[in-house]
Amino acid sequence: MLALDTSTSAITVAVHDGEQVLAERSVLDARAHTEHLAPLVQDALESAGLRPADLTDIAVGVGPGPFTGLRVGLVTARVLAYTVGVPCHGVVSLDALAEEAVRSGSVDGTAEFAVATDARRKEVYWSRYTVTAGHPARLSDPAVLHPADVADGMRGLATAGRGPLLYPDVFASPVTPLDVSAVALAEVALRQIAHGVEVGVDALYLRRPDAQPTSSSKSTLTEVRGDRR
Amino acid sequence: MADRPLVLGIETSCDETGVGIVRGETLLVDAIASSVDEHARFGGVVPEVASRAHLEAMIPTIERACTTAGVSLREVDAVAVTSGPGLAGALMVGVAAAKSLAVGLGVPLFGVNHLASHVAVDIVEHGPLPEPTMALLVSGGHSSLLLVPDVTNEISSLGSTIDDAAGEAFDKVARVLGLPFPGGPHIDRAAREGQVTIDFPRGLTTGRDLERHRFDFSFSGLKTAVARWVELRQRAGEPVPVADVAASFQEAVVDVLTRKAVAACRAEGVGHLQIGGGVAANSRLRALAQERCDAAGVELRVPRPGLCTDNGAMVAALGAQMVLRGRTPSDLGLSADSSMPVTEISA
Repeated sequence: MLALDTSTSAITVAVHDGEQVLAERSVLDARAHTEHLAPLVQDALESAGLRPADLTDIAVGVGPGPFTGLRVGLVTARVLAYTVGVPCHGVVSLDALAEEAVRSGSVDGTAEFAVATDARRKEVYWSRYTVTAGHPARLSDPAVLHPADVADGMRGLATAGRGPLLYPDVFASPVTPLDVSAVALAEVALRQIAHGVEVGVDALYLRRPDAQPTSSSKSTLTEVRGDRR
Repeated sequence: MADRPLVLGIETSCDETGVGIVRGETLLVDAIASSVDEHARFGGVVPEVASRAHLEAMIPTIERACTTAGVSLREVDAVAVTSGPGLAGALMVGVAAAKSLAVGLGVPLFGVNHLASHVAVDIVEHGPLPEPTMALLVSGGHSSLLLVPDVTNEISSLGSTIDDAAGEAFDKVARVLGLPFPGGPHIDRAAREGQVTIDFPRGLTTGRDLERHRFDFSFSGLKTAVARWVELRQRAGEPVPVADVAASFQEAVVDVLTRKAVAACRAEGVGHLQIGGGVAANSRLRALAQERCDAAGVELRVPRPGLCTDNGAMVAALGAQMVLRGRTPSDLGLSADSSMPVTEISA
């Protein structure tokens, strides 16, 4: 399986054979997903000693995350899967952060915790998790919200992602990881496949495009009079 | 693949998801998915709406192109993609898709210039480009006069718009006249019912403007002049003669475009003019360009309307020329460059 994610500041790629990680490549550069992703994919495959045609599955983080970067990951994964003729599996990117938080022991093995990532525009993408049988289980659908709108009772939860870094006044207990790792994403995808769960590869935008329908035109006559004054 | 490379081209610089396939200098397919209807109520292209549409349309359009051409992706020898200029977020979807295809197929990738592609497309329509050729590219995003000695390697810009693109002026005037977006076809249609009765201004065609901006264009003043004319009529409670205003506005645009294009051919001693871009679909532009080229002894080439607007075939056509002329492929680290200069033909 080739796994990749571009929903956070990391452009991250991993090759996983179902039992172990064969290769992992990541670059931290929130503004250059387009440039880095394909070379990382090629590099990871070569380092694993594989050709694209050897892949059996592709997994991709569907977000939520900043749109432009997110689309780069999604179109790359979908097109590669189509080209090679293998299935493309979606993973909620926040779930990959939660997975790593649990695996790395950065959250308590039983308590609730949260993931909050940068949604830009002074907002975060946020989800709440608990741990069952050693794995994270999501308690709430991913949401986009102002940090101030996170309920008081949730603010003390151990919180992974860059949210706590950006809004330390709201998120009192920051924990790692900050960004998605494709290794964790591959683990989530493999577990989803094992349990017959299909997430689909639609982007989780959680926001409508910014656009206002056209209003009536400004008067050009007034404009000209103003210029002459 | 030596003399007949099979090249797949991807175009996503604006609101059309285009996938074209060319074998050598033969067009096999030009598949397009457009999000234009989604933009209509906003009166213009909304970048985020376009980018989302590109993501969803990419695989269906690739699939349709391959099926229609009877080609398997595995036969493709090279992938070409518009890497600029255009809307940044929209370009990135196409660039990422093209890279993924190139990695998956193990073939070279060519990131190419959108404007150069508009010139190169005529190779699959009318055969090899005369060298040099003069190109007038007019669309919603561009209005440029280009001298093209070698479409794969050397293009120089003689002039371009200093404010609005020609197609943009069509859209804005259409709005003033209460015609739908995109304005071009609606103004063209309305103008056929009208007469050129109003002498609207021709930008950058006199005196010092002509000295400093010999081959540049300006359509912003024209657009404002039309808006004022219409508004004065409305304030006076008089009906607006939509067809006549459309015809008069259209005449002002195509008069300047064709006059400067033919003047550029004369000045540079070039015997061939090619027109491309969405505005090249305008019937009056085609007619007047033909008339003036005939008078000047210049051979005019205009691809069919479907190849003038943004499409994937033009990208594939330029990509195939890159392969045929042995140009160096792009690095996989290729960026989308929203303001890529036309002098940079490949990235």
